[in-house]
Amino acid sequence: MSRAKPEDDEYWNSSKFKAFTFDDDDDEFSRLKESKRAMNSILVVDDDDDDDEEEDGVERVSWSGEPVGSISWSVKETASSIRSGSERSFPKIDTTPSLSKQGSGYSLSSLFKGDLYDTAVRTYAPELRKPKSDGKTENTSLWSAFSLEKFRSLQDKLLLLDEAVAVYDGNLITAVLMYLKKSLSKEILFQELMARDVALRHYVHYLKEMGEQKLLVELMKALGRTEDMALMQYKEHLNIKDEGQRRDFLKSCLGLPFSQDDATHVQDHYTLLERQIIIEASDKKADAEIFKKFPRKASILNMPIITTLYYSCFYHYGESEGTYSSPANIRKTFRISEKQYILTALGARAKLKSWFDVDSLFNTKNWLGYTKKRSPVGFHRVVDILQKNSAPVNVLQEYVNLIDSPELKLSVALKYKCHDIVINTYRDLKDRQELVVYREKLERDSPEYRKIQELLNNVQIRWKN
Amino acid sequence: MAHTEWKDAPGLPDFSLLKRLARDQLIFLLEQLPGKKDLFIDADLMSPLDRIANVTILKQHEVDKLYKVELKPIVNLVNADKVAGRFRRYKIIFTPQKFYACETVLEEQGVYGDVTTDEWNFYILPLDDDILSLELPEFFRDNFLEGDQRWVTTAGSALRLLQSVYGSFSKVYGIGRCAKMVYESWRELMEDGEQRTRQPEFAKVFLVDRDVDFVTPLCSQVVYEGLVDDLFRIKCGSVEFGPDVTSSDKSIKVMLNSQDKVFSEIRNEHFSNVFGFLSQKAKNLQTAYDKRRGMDIQQMKAFVADELKGLKQEHRLLSLHIGASESMMKKKTKQDFQELLKTEHSLLEGFEIRECITYIEEHINRQVSMIDSLRLLCLLSITENGLLSKDYRSLKAQYLQSYGIEHLLTFANLRQLGLLEEQQAGETLTVMESKVGKLVNDKTVGKLTDAFSSLAKKSNFRALSKRLALVPKSGEEYDLRVPRDMAYVFSGAYIPLSCKLIEQVLERDGWTGMEEVTRMLNGQEFAVTEARSKTDAQRIVLVMFLGGCTFSEISALRFLGKERGCRFIVVTTAITNSSRLLEALLDNSA
Repeated sequence: MSRAKPEDDEYWNSSKFKAFTFDDDDDEFSRLKESKRAMNSILVVDDDDDDDEEEDGVERVSWSGEPVGSISWSVKETASSIRSGSERSFPKIDTTPSLSKQGSGYSLSSLFKGDLYDTAVRTYAPELRKPKSDGKTENTSLWSAFSLEKFRSLQDKLLLLDEAVAVYDGNLITAVLMYLKKSLSKEILFQELMARDVALRHYVHYLKEMGEQKLLVELMKALGRTEDMALMQYKEHLNIKDEGQRRDFLKSCLGLPFSQDDATHVQDHYTLLERQIIIEASDKKADAEIFKKFPRKASILNMPIITTLYYSCFYHYGESEGTYSSPANIRKTFRISEKQYILTALGARAKLKSWFDVDSLFNTKNWLGYTKKRSPVGFHRVVDILQKNSAPVNVLQEYVNLIDSPELKLSVALKYKCHDIVINTYRDLKDRQELVVYREKLERDSPEYRKIQELLNNVQIRWKN
Repeated sequence: MAHTEWKDAPGLPDFSLLKRLARDQLIFLLEQLPGKKDLFIDADLMSPLDRIANVTILKQHEVDKLYKVELKPIVNLVNADKVAGRFRRYKIIFTPQKFYACETVLEEQGVYGDVTTDEWNFYILPLDDDILSLELPEFFRDNFLEGDQRWVTTAGSALRLLQSVYGSFSKVYGIGRCAKMVYESWRELMEDGEQRTRQPEFAKVFLVDRDVDFVTPLCSQVVYEGLVDDLFRIKCGSVEFGPDVTSSDKSIKVMLNSQDKVFSEIRNEHFSNVFGFLSQKAKNLQTAYDKRRGMDIQQMKAFVADELKGLKQEHRLLSLHIGASESMMKKKTKQDFQELLKTEHSLLEGFEIRECITYIEEHINRQVSMIDSLRLLCLLSITENGLLSKDYRSLKAQYLQSYGIEHLLTFANLRQLGLLEEQQAGETLTVMESKVGKLVNDKTVGKLTDAFSSLAKKSNFRALSKRLALVPKSGEEYDLRVPRDMAYVFSGAYIPLSCKLIEQVLERDGWTGMEEVTRMLNGQEFAVTEARSKTDAQRIVLVMFLGGCTFSEISALRFLGKERGCRFIVVTTAITNSSRLLEALLDNSA
């Protein structure tokens, strides 16, 4: 893919974006690095560092990273003391710096100082003024103000529901719905909810939270929301831990009324897990060289399709299409695009440093029998992946050279320090100044350095600057 | 730096009161249970609790041990005690509010009565001088995906709390279905409660639903605080820096707020300005330290007494932020951030969409970050008003191949929210564009796109972007060192839609003249005058984000405030970013 369009240049040159690039050889960034070194070099004489942390805005932290004396820290302390089985008393942390500063003012009466605060308490939290001592909770909630049981006729019940909806109080709406659930038949309730969207959504959410899956499915069915119903049932698979059971459950989902697209995906899901179970069973006891050299870190079960493909390109490359574990089979079964396949295979083979396999991914023969490298993804992307898998410079260079756009090629070559390409590009551009600048970045007397030197001394070249 | 000087900005109310209020309420609840007691804390509540109380306070109120609540423990614990014949008293304190459904569970499990319940109305946690959080990350999914309004009254109560403590507001604006409900709920609460007439401390309130603007939270953040959040995840105003930042073998937790003098100067800056700033600071610091050389004993004493402490503190903070910047730079270089940003900017501008799709496809093919792939897909869908059928199917299939077929469920969620959609028949504008695109170059298509957009029925982002001038014309100069508008938070490429709406409404003192914009945003806008007031408070504006707000938006509002001589206070259900937003919608695990 080539991204070098005239607009590109405009993009990079417009000062709107030029002001800053997220690139680590940015000037400002190197200045910052210097500052960091400077900061580290400043030696602070005394060692009472710990006394004034609070004021620094830097809290003192315990080994777990929680501020000492904080509640989260203390909870962890309790948990660990329980785990160790000892009935330790509450952890002592008298030295916490924040304590001395907050000092007094915990008792209720001493808090009524400020005028504003006083008013706030009076109007907002009156119970703070006259503490009750009996410990009984006064129930001021709306729903207890009237007894729901009084509403017996359907009309009254619906009025009640509509009233709750009218005051926007979700808590109240749910409370009424719970009463209606108890006192109305499903059919009637579902029927009435159909015309009441807000109440319906509260009801659905309530059933979800309470885990009333069966009722939920019935409701969706009654509402004619079959696709939602199918998805809701499909979701259940997430709760099944055993892979065999999960596979069987997915199989049972195949007949659900999904949308056409989703039906294909669910079918894929079932096929994938089925294959994964087979592959896993045989690879667990596999003793091929590759498994010894690169022991598997995790099981392949429940991994995405692409991860499975990667795995297969890593451990089962070159197997014939007839086996479930072969890349070719996976590619075909799950209709993986060429681009996606190349990217995944490239990553896996590069990880193994099989540069030969990497080459053959891109080799194509034209009608004259010459091999040529072609790629459905831009070669700059290929270089990216190779580089991330620490490909050697000669491999990298070959692919950098395949990048179509000269500008992109140069910037990639600069980024990954492919000296030859950078030097040749400047030579072709007859850009003497850039060569001089680039020479300075190289090690003296390295082959690249000498190459530039030779070029600069070459009187045949007619430099443009 | 651009943000250090506020011209004549009004002071902010003291929000630490809210912490004290929450702490006192907790103490009150603890005092209602005399004697020794163990406290089980929900994992999600631990960090917020840490911000308002500490172990000593709990201990003073006879809390013996602290535990983390594991899944469904309470009922089992109670029943196990019953079987063993142990007698204990149990109380469940719900915060910020009790749900009826929870009590029913207790009843069904036969422990109602053994267990008493209470509410701790810990509605608001101040994260900084100008950031208040409800710490309800679940708000987003519950409200927008599930359609459950359980948190509407919570948000209303939070506003009532602010009004009770800091006085009433003169004007309220809002947009979004949830915003409207929250406003109504708040009004009901105020009518029920005690009427008070205090001088208002805020002039205006703006309520906005997250689903009014999904584009902004899906963009990569490039202001310092946003970038730190994207890469390290700021939790409750605190961040954990790993060994790669601290250059030691241990991690460190740091509070990031205006108390950190170094951080407060760089938090709103575009990342490109941060290096230069930190380098300069480091240089100054070195000079200050160097003064020691050649000092006599007296001078040294004075130096140690007066300056050393400050220098040491600055030294520590500076090292930390330099370390963080360096680590962020490394991470971003590794993921080819530059190319990613280029794609985002192209999507925002609507140029070279085919190239963007190819980029996204390769991103998926290479199995790099599952969330980033999803983010780009959503950004593509929203900016293009849905994907062409064949693109949608092909990209979805490839996504499922790369990241797991169970993401079918995630796609269903995204579709329901309108984040990732297939264009329906009839919406063939883009088809036409791409056909035209083969004939003429991209720039012309851009113009055509705009022309088509205004005709389209549902063409939202492009048309909104044009009408509100969210994307500056390409090719124009943009000096990130001297930002000229809120677009600087996205490298000058895009003004956050949410913030632009706020700016426009404040400027017009309402929605007049923005009818077309609100129509494209599906209406649901409102403006209400509460009271008249002519104090300094007029210049404090409270913005409530329902469903979360990003640090980039906060930075943009701070910039706007500075420009207009007012201050913004952000109230949000939680701090969000692209990862949090999308993770809330994943359905790929049990």
